[in-house]
Amino acid sequence: MIENYIPILIVLTIGAIFAIVTVSTSVIFGPQRPNSEKLSTYESGMKPVGTTHERISIKYYLVAMLFIIFDLEVIFVYPWAVEFKRLLGEIGISVFYSMLIFLVVLELGYLYVFKKGGFKWD
Amino acid sequence: MTLQIVLFFIFAAVSAVTAVIMITRTNAVISALFLVLNFASLAGLYLTLNAQFIAVTQIIVYAGAIMVLFLFVLMLLRPENEKKILDMKPKLQIFAMIIAFIVFIQIAYIIFFAQPLQNISPDLTNSIKAGTIEAIGRELFTKYIVPFEAAGFLLLAAAIGALVLAKKKFE
Amino acid sequence: MFNNAQEFFNTLPLIIMGGGIVISLLIEIYSDKNKVILPWFTALLFLAVGLHSLFYTNDVSIVMQNMLATGGNVNIFYAIFTLGAAVVTLISIDYIKKYDMYFGEYYLILQTSVLGMMLMAAAKDLFVIFLGLELMSISFYILAGMNRKRAKANEASLKYFLLGSFATGFIVYGIALIYGSAHTTSIDFITTNFAGLTSNLLFVAGVLLFLIGFSFKIAAFPFHMWVPDVYEGSSTTVAALFSTGGKSAAFSAIIASLFALFNGPSGNVFTPYFAVISVLSMFYGSIVAIAQVNIKRMLAYSSISHAGYLIIGLAAGNHDAIAGVMFYLGAYTFMNLGAFGIVSLVEGKNETNLDINSYAGLASKKPFLAALLSILMFSLAGVPPFAGFFGKYYIFIAAIESKLTWLAILGVISSAISAYFYIRIVVLMYFKPATNDFQIETSNSAMLGIITSVIIVILLGIFPGSFLDLITRFI
Repeated sequence: MIENYIPILIVLTIGAIFAIVTVSTSVIFGPQRPNSEKLSTYESGMKPVGTTHERISIKYYLVAMLFIIFDLEVIFVYPWAVEFKRLLGEIGISVFYSMLIFLVVLELGYLYVFKKGGFKWD
Repeated sequence: MTLQIVLFFIFAAVSAVTAVIMITRTNAVISALFLVLNFASLAGLYLTLNAQFIAVTQIIVYAGAIMVLFLFVLMLLRPENEKKILDMKPKLQIFAMIIAFIVFIQIAYIIFFAQPLQNISPDLTNSIKAGTIEAIGRELFTKYIVPFEAAGFLLLAAAIGALVLAKKKFE
Repeated sequence: MFNNAQEFFNTLPLIIMGGGIVISLLIEIYSDKNKVILPWFTALLFLAVGLHSLFYTNDVSIVMQNMLATGGNVNIFYAIFTLGAAVVTLISIDYIKKYDMYFGEYYLILQTSVLGMMLMAAAKDLFVIFLGLELMSISFYILAGMNRKRAKANEASLKYFLLGSFATGFIVYGIALIYGSAHTTSIDFITTNFAGLTSNLLFVAGVLLFLIGFSFKIAAFPFHMWVPDVYEGSSTTVAALFSTGGKSAAFSAIIASLFALFNGPSGNVFTPYFAVISVLSMFYGSIVAIAQVNIKRMLAYSSISHAGYLIIGLAAGNHDAIAGVMFYLGAYTFMNLGAFGIVSLVEGKNETNLDINSYAGLASKKPFLAALLSILMFSLAGVPPFAGFFGKYYIFIAAIESKLTWLAILGVISSAISAYFYIRIVVLMYFKPATNDFQIETSNSAMLGIITSVIIVILLGIFPGSFLDLITRFI
């Protein structure tokens, strides 16, 4: 069973090796003669003020939360879609309705978020 | 079979190491990125346990959506201030260590000493099928319809609540 | 899904509730008059579901692939939740206008929370309990923070969320251990094999974690830290729902999932746990409530001590005790809702008049309101002939039946202590001169809700037998 996932493992390994090789070769073979001017953020500009970690707006957070909710909705649709035809033959149309109810409830939620301006950036 | 064991040890090692790195970094964003790696290796562990659907969900939901939320929160807060709180209260760290130790003992007990009600011999062919997306779809839409619809309402309430509590200009 | 039309009919309370949520969402999105329609639609929806479930208590069945029970006790719990929520809706209508925080979402979330409670009461599988609990809890976290501009409401919401999700973690851990030892989440299987399972340490640990998690939700003593702050910070109407609906739902889930515990003639494996937390909650709640000056905090501590009385019923663990618990939950729901309703009426715009001393002389200015509040306070204190007395009476009698006489005696002592702070309010209202000019905005809907709950409290006090008969028929 796990053998079916070997290609994914190979891709991951190649990706990791590629990243390590490219970064390490540039570190090993690249000439490095640092001085204080070169290490400053802007070599001939203003001295930067404050930290690099600026606080971001809470609006991003709202978007991320809505994303999670509808992401989870999609997770529920995958198994339904895969098994739909077989279940339709076995237990009939009710498998369609159960997903319909779920989607109606959640798409009304989507409509609600849309109408209330949840996707507006103001 | 042996491949499964080899992969198990690789993923287990990666998840343990990344978990340790995650809690020892001082920069919270780096911790969060190691948590992503930890989640990914956990997904690998699920695969070795024949839980394919859960492995994929782990990647999509946890390593994807929830980590995005984590990173947004970290950038919303000032992590430097949080660090100061921990430095001011060293007792908190000791307390946390004690709790972690208790949880460790408990899980170790469950794995090594607790007896299940009846002995279940591992049924390999069935356990491979049990974690597939087909098997989960079948269970979800024959037996577990009520929890499934309830989950729909749960997500609806969460969407409404997110908007009511977090939207700035809300009418 | 359904094998026949009768099963569909039996599941109607849940279906109506779900359909009502969808319709409310459409009203909120599309109607221009949603501010008028939605509150009344919500109240009528709750009333319809409650009356429907009360009328069809005889339709006992198990539907949806052994996931849901219908009829009997489940319907009685439905009626407690929905009629209680209907009263909450009525007292909310003018209250949230007073605070200038009208959101249609308030009513929507009220409905989703009640749907969660109903799922908990009907559950025949631990998954359903968990999802119902989450639906209810998440709705509660949102409701607590609904008054977004108040810093205290935000604090209450966050505190409730953090501690509540911690408690949910306990419950999930418990369910995982139960599943690990029983290899199923079906409550029927657990009930029939309970004796065998309790010899398994893993299973006992799982049930204990499960009970600890629910002890958070019912606000029993060692897990009560959130109660006063959350009740004080959130709106009064919402606090009324937390203290009644939330508590009843948690008890319904314990009764539904661990019914095997309460089958014997007396006591069970967990009687020591129940007995300890019930004694601690009763005395802690009653004694600390005496020191409170804020009436909402006082009611919060009183709700902790009421949780203690209710847990005596679980400790006694026989059928009479469970009937007593259900009776007490019904009585407690309406007397507490009435009390919170009057507090929400007297409360001024910027949280004025929440001090108990501001109730001094209420009788001379608003005699009718003072009379209603006195009835509710007497009932909460457990003075006959009101509902609260019979609730305590049935529970204490059942405790004596199971040879837990000491627990019943401690319960009586604790209610004597708690009588002090309930009666103090009555004394303040009738025998102290008014220091306050009580600019109470008249609110017909709130009065309707309060009067309904007072009538129910009196009726349950005068005819306790008929309600108790209804309950005992199904236990």
